[in-house]
Amino acid sequence: MAEVQLQVTVNGQQRTATVEPRVTLADFLRDECRLTGTHLGCEHGVCGACTVLVDGSAVRSCLMFAVQADGADVTTIEGIAAADGELSPVQAAFRDCHGLQCGFCTPGFVVSVTAFLRDNPSPDDEDIRDALAGNLCRCTGYQGIIQAVRRAAETSG
Amino acid sequence: MTDIAPDGATRYAGARINRVEDARLLTGRGTFVDDISLPGMLHAYFVRSPVARAAIRGIDTSTARALGGVRFVFTAADLNPSAREQWHTSMGPKSPETPRPPLADDEVRFVGDPVALVIADNRYVAEDAAELVEVDYDPLPAVVDYATAQDADALVHAAHGSNLVGELAGLPESELDDVFASATHVVSETIRQQAYTAVPMEGRGLVVDYSPATSELTIYAATQSPHEVRMFCSRLLGVPEHRIRVVMRDTGGGFGQKVMVQRDEMCLMLAAPKVGVPVKWVEDRRENLLAAGKSRQEHANVKMAFDEDGAIQATFIDFVSDCGAYPTPWPVMTAAAVGALFSGPYRVPRATFKSQAVYTNTVGRTAYRGPWQFESLAREVMLDIAAREMGIDPVDLRRRNLLRRDELPYTNPIGMTYDSISPLETFEQALSMLDYEAFRREQAEARKAGRHLGVGTSNYVEPSTPGYGYYGTEAATIRVEPSGMVNVYIAGGSTGNSLETTVVQLTADALGVRIEDVNTIQGDTAVTGFGAGVAGSRSGSMTAGAVHATAAILRERIKAIAAHKLEAATEDIELADSRAHVRGTPAVGVTFAELATTAYFGAALPPDVPPGLEATARYASVAQSIWVNATHVCTCEIDIETGQVTLLRYIVSEDCGPMINPNVVEGQIAGGTVQGIGGALYEHLAYDEHGNPISTTFMDYLIPTAAEVPMIEYGHIETPSPGPGGYKGVGEGGAIGAPPAVVNAVNDALAPFGVRATQLPLSPDRIVELLDRDTG
Repeated sequence: MAEVQLQVTVNGQQRTATVEPRVTLADFLRDECRLTGTHLGCEHGVCGACTVLVDGSAVRSCLMFAVQADGADVTTIEGIAAADGELSPVQAAFRDCHGLQCGFCTPGFVVSVTAFLRDNPSPDDEDIRDALAGNLCRCTGYQGIIQAVRRAAETSG
Repeated sequence: MTDIAPDGATRYAGARINRVEDARLLTGRGTFVDDISLPGMLHAYFVRSPVARAAIRGIDTSTARALGGVRFVFTAADLNPSAREQWHTSMGPKSPETPRPPLADDEVRFVGDPVALVIADNRYVAEDAAELVEVDYDPLPAVVDYATAQDADALVHAAHGSNLVGELAGLPESELDDVFASATHVVSETIRQQAYTAVPMEGRGLVVDYSPATSELTIYAATQSPHEVRMFCSRLLGVPEHRIRVVMRDTGGGFGQKVMVQRDEMCLMLAAPKVGVPVKWVEDRRENLLAAGKSRQEHANVKMAFDEDGAIQATFIDFVSDCGAYPTPWPVMTAAAVGALFSGPYRVPRATFKSQAVYTNTVGRTAYRGPWQFESLAREVMLDIAAREMGIDPVDLRRRNLLRRDELPYTNPIGMTYDSISPLETFEQALSMLDYEAFRREQAEARKAGRHLGVGTSNYVEPSTPGYGYYGTEAATIRVEPSGMVNVYIAGGSTGNSLETTVVQLTADALGVRIEDVNTIQGDTAVTGFGAGVAGSRSGSMTAGAVHATAAILRERIKAIAAHKLEAATEDIELADSRAHVRGTPAVGVTFAELATTAYFGAALPPDVPPGLEATARYASVAQSIWVNATHVCTCEIDIETGQVTLLRYIVSEDCGPMINPNVVEGQIAGGTVQGIGGALYEHLAYDEHGNPISTTFMDYLIPTAAEVPMIEYGHIETPSPGPGGYKGVGEGGAIGAPPAVVNAVNDALAPFGVRATQLPLSPDRIVELLDRDTG
């Protein structure tokens, strides 16, 4: 299959690559960029585990082709904490509220919540539940996750 | 955040300690099986049956093989003859397991049955090639409905001779004729639970890496039990156990589904020596919902007899479970457990049961969090039905029958002996958290206003921590390294269960060291002693036993060295905060770093103390089971126009003994509870009448989201178990207690309409249908 060239900025680093047009952004990030924090839980756009930021918007990277990200600025879970490893307020809140167990869905939640709180710094509980409803978790029953979003909103606000 | 123990040491057990797993998982630095990438690695994809039952007349792989990038296309003829033994250690070689061909040979038996294995340079090409494999299927009549399977002409496994996998029963039902005939009230009903299952966010997966030159096999696995993967693979391939290494770091949920090795994994193991370079297989969501297994899907005819005071006189349950085509493992013992546990935490003088497991042409039954939990669903729903029929409040009926502490130990009518439980206490605690009487008043007011509220309760007692056979021991190796830092090695298998944090807490306490000085290494058979992994709500108690046994050896040695250095008596040495000091004079002490330097490099060791500070010990369980009990109480509101159920409050009072980490305990309860809520209201691994699965995406298989779940309120009663630290298991209970509490709340809300739901899930259409039947 003919390959296509793309240029994309991932977590602040510029990358040039050639990929088949059918390669999803998720597979590109995982296999080409070796950024394996972006997880695939359904590959049909429901579970949200593969959520990344593309030009600041939270998107499901399993539903987007890599070539569609040509010229874009992509942030993955690996780009959320500070360079020295200090957790972001959202990540710290997930840790402090036991908002994760197996951790497989967690990168998608952290990225989604990061974008959500940037746009809605003072959400009420209904806003929080609505925002989280696009990500699936099978371990926590969402209890710690909902609390983590409340906590992160408080600490960032 | 932490307590101070009487001897001055910081105590971490009992504290809400942040997890050691979290930093890597929150930053995308976890290592799940799909994150493994090895030089020269190829990618596998299965060709699966599109029909429920068919004879395979032929397979043409030539077009697929000709596709660029395709390296191998295996069929049953290529892989199956290499399979030697295929039994699980927990079941033993004599268990009457269903024969499991790794790839389907002459017949496919469910939609999703693996037929061929394609191995290619990348996953995209492997999937392309799978579409080019031509299989000549000759369709055969399929057995889809388990309830009628025993009367069907078609057989799922012709060689077995019937569609009954097996059955176990207590005394004949007729033995209870006298008590049922003379009882004041007899209540009977059929309760049905649909198929739903584990659905971990990460599916199953393996990377197999066979080295032809050394005949060594390394397997990276998504598993709850790395040692079982190794033992199973050793027997399957005939490769000696010590030539196989199984590694798992992070596994994305298991809930029972990743306890055992299934046919798909067997195929990868069998392919490994033929391929000779690393191969990765990671199932996608469709495969997971198609082929990883189903659970629940069962029903029972249930009878309960009561005297004039509402005291239970006898119970009978006639239980049938759908086990699909390839149940893993043999499902008859689990079916029997439903019968054996049906009387629950209640005073029941007489009981019997009959339990059957049945084959169908659907995906095989696998373990899921409380595999026998139908006993609680059936009993608790029946108690509410009985209470309503007798005109007794369901809470009062339970109060009259729940076991009291002074009746323990109590042997139930099937012969299970419970002890160290507190069913009446958890029940009263949960009701008082709700304020039951206040809710009843609120409900009455709401009804006047045309709103339909309901409250449901459920109680259960479950056997955790199996203490026999394969599950009965656990080892820990602890190394106080030359720097004084501590590494603790445990078999592992954590799939979100926080086992790393738990073991670090336990070790810090057991040695008297600061928690930040402890690290744990788990999930690698090359460096850990055998352990059965995460299953049966066993890890808390068993790892505590292992850590205590090993730490006891090291404490003695550390104290001897410290006493020698400090010129004090060994019995006067205390260990706290990574130091040894003389009792009463904390200033006079020596650090673990100094002690380790002496132990490894020093010449000044006391006589009879061996060099080094490393030890291994194996703990053997002190009990056949450690019993756990809990109460779930929930309230709901039903929109009778749409049939939508909204859960309002959800309370769990659990007695899992002393808590090692309340965050972890509550996290386990929450996860199980929401899985149980999903089973009661939303989830359905459904098939059409031809055996076609119709819920193979997350748009059809509805797991709960944050929009639906109530915030869970926790109550704790801490009755110590006979095991180490008094700890009990807590992993499975939520999924046991939740479905009946939800069903009872719904039925309570619907009671004024004179209808009752006895079949799950309680989806909006089912509730509307019930109400229509009533009014129409």
